[in-house]
Amino acid sequence: MITTATLISGLAQGLIWAIMTLGVYITFRILDIADLTVEGSFPLGAAVTAVLINGGMHPVLAVFMAILAGCAAGLVTGIFHTIFKIPAILSGILTMIALYSVNIRIMSDKATVAIVQPSVKKLMQNLLPEGTPSNTISIVLGVIVCLAIVALLYYFFGTEIGCAVRATGSNQNMARSLGVRTDRIIILGLMISNALVALSGSLIAQLDYGSALVTMGQGTIVIGLASVIIGEVIFIRKDRNFAIKLIAIIAGAIIYRTIIACALTFSFLKATDLKIITAIIVSIALALPVIKQSIAERKLRAENAKRFETEFLNADMGGEHVA
Amino acid sequence: MLIWEVSTLLNMMHIEKSFNIGTINEKKVLNDLSLTINDGDFITVIGGNGAGKSTMLNTIAGVYKVDGGRILLDGQDITYKSETDRAQYIGRVFQDPMMGTAPTMMIEENLAMAYRRTKKRGLGWGISAKEREIYRQALAQLGLGLEDRMSTKVGLLSGGQRQAVTLLMATLQKPKLLLLDEHTAALDPATSAKVLELSDKIIKENNLTALMVTHNMQNAIDYGNRLVMMNGGRIILDISGEEKKRLTIEDLLKKFESVSGGKFTTDSVLLG
Repeated sequence: MITTATLISGLAQGLIWAIMTLGVYITFRILDIADLTVEGSFPLGAAVTAVLINGGMHPVLAVFMAILAGCAAGLVTGIFHTIFKIPAILSGILTMIALYSVNIRIMSDKATVAIVQPSVKKLMQNLLPEGTPSNTISIVLGVIVCLAIVALLYYFFGTEIGCAVRATGSNQNMARSLGVRTDRIIILGLMISNALVALSGSLIAQLDYGSALVTMGQGTIVIGLASVIIGEVIFIRKDRNFAIKLIAIIAGAIIYRTIIACALTFSFLKATDLKIITAIIVSIALALPVIKQSIAERKLRAENAKRFETEFLNADMGGEHVA
Repeated sequence: MLIWEVSTLLNMMHIEKSFNIGTINEKKVLNDLSLTINDGDFITVIGGNGAGKSTMLNTIAGVYKVDGGRILLDGQDITYKSETDRAQYIGRVFQDPMMGTAPTMMIEENLAMAYRRTKKRGLGWGISAKEREIYRQALAQLGLGLEDRMSTKVGLLSGGQRQAVTLLMATLQKPKLLLLDEHTAALDPATSAKVLELSDKIIKENNLTALMVTHNMQNAIDYGNRLVMMNGGRIILDISGEEKKRLTIEDLLKKFESVSGGKFTTDSVLLG
């Protein structure tokens, strides 16, 4: 049964996952790179946060460290890609694979680390009225963080350096000819993207899972892409303002999470079916333009064929109809 | 210590460039190439396919690093400076109209990128209201009505319009040297003529020093104050002043045959 609770949980999770989606949007849409590093930087953010909080660090500082760790992951992929000219996809895969070992090292050879010390969730609980439901906490924090990130990204991509990032993603050759150090710009973009992904992982670990799991990154890129595409398909018309685009991406993440939450209420689906549902959503969304085009073409051909028969054929053949 | 005349802008000395070095496909493209460009020169460059014209421009721009020789720009050794470092002195327009502009960005954003070619980019706004007025006026000079479409994505423009915008972008901040690499070759004849006229006008009005590669001999004769012909990776002919004005296509072909000892191979050179 799809209940209000299901929808609220979709909203709560969606807002936190949206931070990761914004990161994926930066690489996938602005830099034109499908960056698989995110599969590793998402649990990296969670692992760093969990271990540091348990070690006694203030949760806000721990989140900040997770962001820095994400930057480092992006830096490594960026160096592989720009300095050593390894294709972007492969660079991401290399960092992702390496991060699996790194994450387990960070978590002292464990696959799961429960957050036992007060986390950001606890801080929020202290701020909000007593007995505020967990989902509400996520929603409040999610809205604040998402809006702050949208504001920051909106500002950043309007600056000279931000424009250089967009130009590099659009046409590297042009950017270089205008004096943009495209290598550094790509590295910067990957760092910002992975910082957001790590932040998302850090918050998911604290608000949702209550622990860091080494496997929690599986499928991150596909979830991110699914959310980006859903957001674009539903909300974005051609020349929308950049801030609206970012908000549409957040909405995409929320819708994606809600779809998943609803799908899981069907008794014939298991939690482990989540991945195939995601894969199906992304495949359909990516195939949609091709399908649309093909339908439109067929329609046009059929119309023209009819016109050909009624107008030209009869005239050319002296009125005789040729079957 | 090297000494040269003050009026010399670019000095290419004994440039060597090969591709696929160390492989079976190794090919020497520039072979002891030397060229001196004076301040205010508008040089047209002709030559058959594989003569090294584009490679010469790309070594000046820093896209390729040379294997030997020296390149001096305004007295400064730029032989091993990066493409991005050289961008502050050099404006470029490419053969492919898609190469010089960012299609997903607006016309004004593209111009704003070009406006900052000579500057270090920071966290200030990428475009200001004051600049927009400069761009509007610059676009109006093109006579294409683009000044009223400044927030149109460049990807929606035609090849000719994009090439005109690229030309404007290359000269928005006056470059020491403008490199035009067959920049009208991909356009239809009418548009090609228009963009060529525009290039000439911009070069003259701003007193630019320019190097223009073309496959059209008549254009090479009609435009600029100097004409160089390339073959086998070096300059085989360098004509300027009155002598250039009197040139005909037949003269060029004859000269080519006498200097190179062969025939011009490509029809496109003749037919343009």
